[in-house]
Amino acid sequence: MVPTSYYLILSAVLFGLGVVAFVFKRNVITIFMSIELMLNAVNLAFVAFSQARHQSDGQVFVLFVIVVAAAEAAVGLGIIILMARNRQSLNVERVDLLKL
Amino acid sequence: MPILDHLWIIPLLPLLGSAINGLLGGKWPNKIVNSVALGATGLSFLFALEAVREFLALSPDKLPFAPQHYFDWIVAGSFRAGFDLEIDQLTIVMLMVVTGVGFLIHIYATGYMAHESGYYRFFSYLNLFMFFMLVLVMAANYVLLFVGWEGVGLCSYLLIGFYFLKKSASDAGKKAFIVNRIGDFGFMLGMFLLFRTFHTLDFTTLFAAASNPAWGHEAWGQFGTFTIACLLLFMGATGKSAQLPLYVWLPDAMEGPTPVSALIHAATMVTAGVYVVARSHILFVHSETAMVVVAVVGCATAFFAATIGLVQTDIKRVLAYSTVSQLGYMFLACGVGAFSAGIFHLMTHAFFKALLFLAAGSVIHAMGGEQDMRKMGGLSKKIKYTYRTMLIATLAIAGIPPLAGFFSKDAILLSAFQIEGGHPLYAIGLLTALLTSFYMFRLIFLTFHGKPRYDEHHVHVHESPWSMLGPLVALAVLSVIGGWIAAPALWGGTDYFASFLAPVLASPQGAEAVNEAAAHQLEIILAIVAVASALLGWGVAYWLYMRQPGKPEQIAKSMRPVYNTLLNKYYVDEFYSAVIIKPLMWISTNVFWKFVDVAAIDGTVNGIASGATNIGDIVRHTQSGNTRSYAVWVIIGALVVIAVIFFWPAVRPVVGMVR
Amino acid sequence: MTPQLAVFFVLATLAVLGALNLIMQRHPIHSALSLIVVMIALAGLYLLMGSEFVAAVQIIVYGGAIMVLFVFVIMLLNAGVEERTNISKLAGIAGIPLAVALLGFLAAAIARSNESAQAGFESSTLANTKEISTMLFKDFVYPFELTSFLILVAILGAIVLAQREKS
Repeated sequence: MVPTSYYLILSAVLFGLGVVAFVFKRNVITIFMSIELMLNAVNLAFVAFSQARHQSDGQVFVLFVIVVAAAEAAVGLGIIILMARNRQSLNVERVDLLKL
Repeated sequence: MPILDHLWIIPLLPLLGSAINGLLGGKWPNKIVNSVALGATGLSFLFALEAVREFLALSPDKLPFAPQHYFDWIVAGSFRAGFDLEIDQLTIVMLMVVTGVGFLIHIYATGYMAHESGYYRFFSYLNLFMFFMLVLVMAANYVLLFVGWEGVGLCSYLLIGFYFLKKSASDAGKKAFIVNRIGDFGFMLGMFLLFRTFHTLDFTTLFAAASNPAWGHEAWGQFGTFTIACLLLFMGATGKSAQLPLYVWLPDAMEGPTPVSALIHAATMVTAGVYVVARSHILFVHSETAMVVVAVVGCATAFFAATIGLVQTDIKRVLAYSTVSQLGYMFLACGVGAFSAGIFHLMTHAFFKALLFLAAGSVIHAMGGEQDMRKMGGLSKKIKYTYRTMLIATLAIAGIPPLAGFFSKDAILLSAFQIEGGHPLYAIGLLTALLTSFYMFRLIFLTFHGKPRYDEHHVHVHESPWSMLGPLVALAVLSVIGGWIAAPALWGGTDYFASFLAPVLASPQGAEAVNEAAAHQLEIILAIVAVASALLGWGVAYWLYMRQPGKPEQIAKSMRPVYNTLLNKYYVDEFYSAVIIKPLMWISTNVFWKFVDVAAIDGTVNGIASGATNIGDIVRHTQSGNTRSYAVWVIIGALVVIAVIFFWPAVRPVVGMVR
Repeated sequence: MTPQLAVFFVLATLAVLGALNLIMQRHPIHSALSLIVVMIALAGLYLLMGSEFVAAVQIIVYGGAIMVLFVFVIMLLNAGVEERTNISKLAGIAGIPLAVALLGFLAAAIARSNESAQAGFESSTLANTKEISTMLFKDFVYPFELTSFLILVAILGAIVLAQREKS
């Protein structure tokens, strides 16, 4: 049997990698994908806890997370398309109209 | 007993007059302002008379008359200070002096100030002063007395600086108030100590507690509670009654109009210190040190001021120093235990000193504003009434029988002689009496006799109107007969005054007649000596100023250093200025202003403001418009939250962590 | 080394490598494909833990719908190789330390916790799918209905956003 802490460590590592990608990448779609990666890492943690305690609550919550991620992806990508049309660039550092 | 139940009417009438004149009198003609002011004071005098009559008619079982509590002013825990007025024999004396002499001076002022601007303001302040003085003498606890004490100080400031456009006048007003405040500091400390010891400041309760035989007698050199409290109260009295070392304001106070000098700086306000010492006599007799200090300070001041008065040239200055000197006599009396003699002298002094000041005002009025005696002379034929009344007052102050001053001064010198170790005090007192007689007669001779030393074409000497002369005559009569009510039995009098005050002022130490016959003999001898010294003073003055007019100049030249010292008032003002005022100004400027106020306080406030600006400058960089740095801030925020939850377990329930 | 442990390590390595590749690649399409690898690996891990329903949903919805959406958008926008701009100084300097700190905290939290229990096939009274559906439609029916509403909103939003401007 695999100890739960192993799953948690994996989840933590994936989350950390997601954070790194979030900070360092410049393409807005890649940043979005790193958010998905973070969500996945959290899902893993949820399922691991759910199995450790023999309750299904965690897995139901995972379902909801996936649904929300789907909705978010749809709307987010719509915004990205608009942004690409307006700024002619997918570099997030070009979106700086709020700069003083 | 209508009035005795409503004692508040007596002080409140002048207050009302003051308010009406002050608020509404600006547009009124003089006549209406007069009637309000004189009406208020006159009615107050009549009500006071009525109160006295009712008091004297009280059956003995109702005495001592309990203080009337009108309203609670301060109630804190078990401490209560209320607006309580009382009336007893001592208050009656003060009440009659204040309202009676005050009324006469008000009448005089209507004539003297008739052509001044700010007429209504003057009478408003004068009535306000009457209110505070009446509160002071009728108060039944130290707190209310202090209210009156401060109030008369305030009115003194307002009235001395009445001609406020003149810098010397406003400076004199400030000086009076500030020096008084120094004394008041001591007075307040004395009150605090008394409260701490007795837990009350009501006269009846406090004095009853102090009479408890359990409080021992504090010998000379011991500094127990009574000594310290009495010395502190006396410090306040020193300021208010112009004794050493806080007398310096009184000569400068002559900048005020003459009625002010008469009322405040001769008859009433400056006697408040003597009143307090007499009222607190139960405390003072417990402490030998305090009594000695009072007597010595009083005697020293009397002599000191008399020496300065010898050479002054301004007529009002001479009278000012004379006042300081006579106040010293009163304190000398209190210090040797003869409190009723001190109060007696207070009363007679009020009569003749007020008369002297008013007459001097009449002279100044006649001379068109001139106050320098060297420019007067030969006025006796021209202003007869003024001359005659002033002469009567001078005879009174010099102590010539049978005028009032003789009896009171004699009583004081007798008490000083009889007390243990009092011979030096007696000697100095006698010498001062001689000097008093000399400089007063010098004043008379310089002002009224000899050849006129002024330009007769430019100055038209005219007698004053009857509004001014009437009070002079009234006061002259009082100066003559005022002493008779207290004349000791020796002279055929009834010794009424001492026995009248006996219920309030216990029989003085050392003034008890051990051996009737020997005491009487002593009295007669001392009286003869006193009269002799007075006549000697007159004689010297006569010789120097009438027979040999050039002699004073020669003497002054030959003793030039001494003369200059006296003329410059022993350089006391310069000494104070150098030793106290200059360092204080230096500290105020360099430490308190430049360092504390500008650098510290302003620096802190400005520093906080510029700190806010600087922090804002730094934090502004978080709003860069750059999405990636926003992302980093999000991560940083998340990290902070995780760190807090990790390191501070107490917030875990707050965020929902159940374990 | 039990078989489960070996499978776990294989799948875990796959997931981590996929995530690293996501960071390293410069063209977004490569990053997207790496993410798909990560998701498949995670689905395998769910199976290992005995949650077959979640594994299936992960592959169908996440891998089959969301990632396909991503790929479509990348191709639609003709996303090229990422430019190398370095406008944000803060991200450059603070990025790695932050990630390290984050990992450190999480590791410490995990180390302190008592989760060393075994997870795996458990003798639950119900099969996994049945259990989840029971709970979903009994206890969580309200959030479930809300999610359908959420999806409706998302559809509307996507349509509105992607409209051409009315010229």
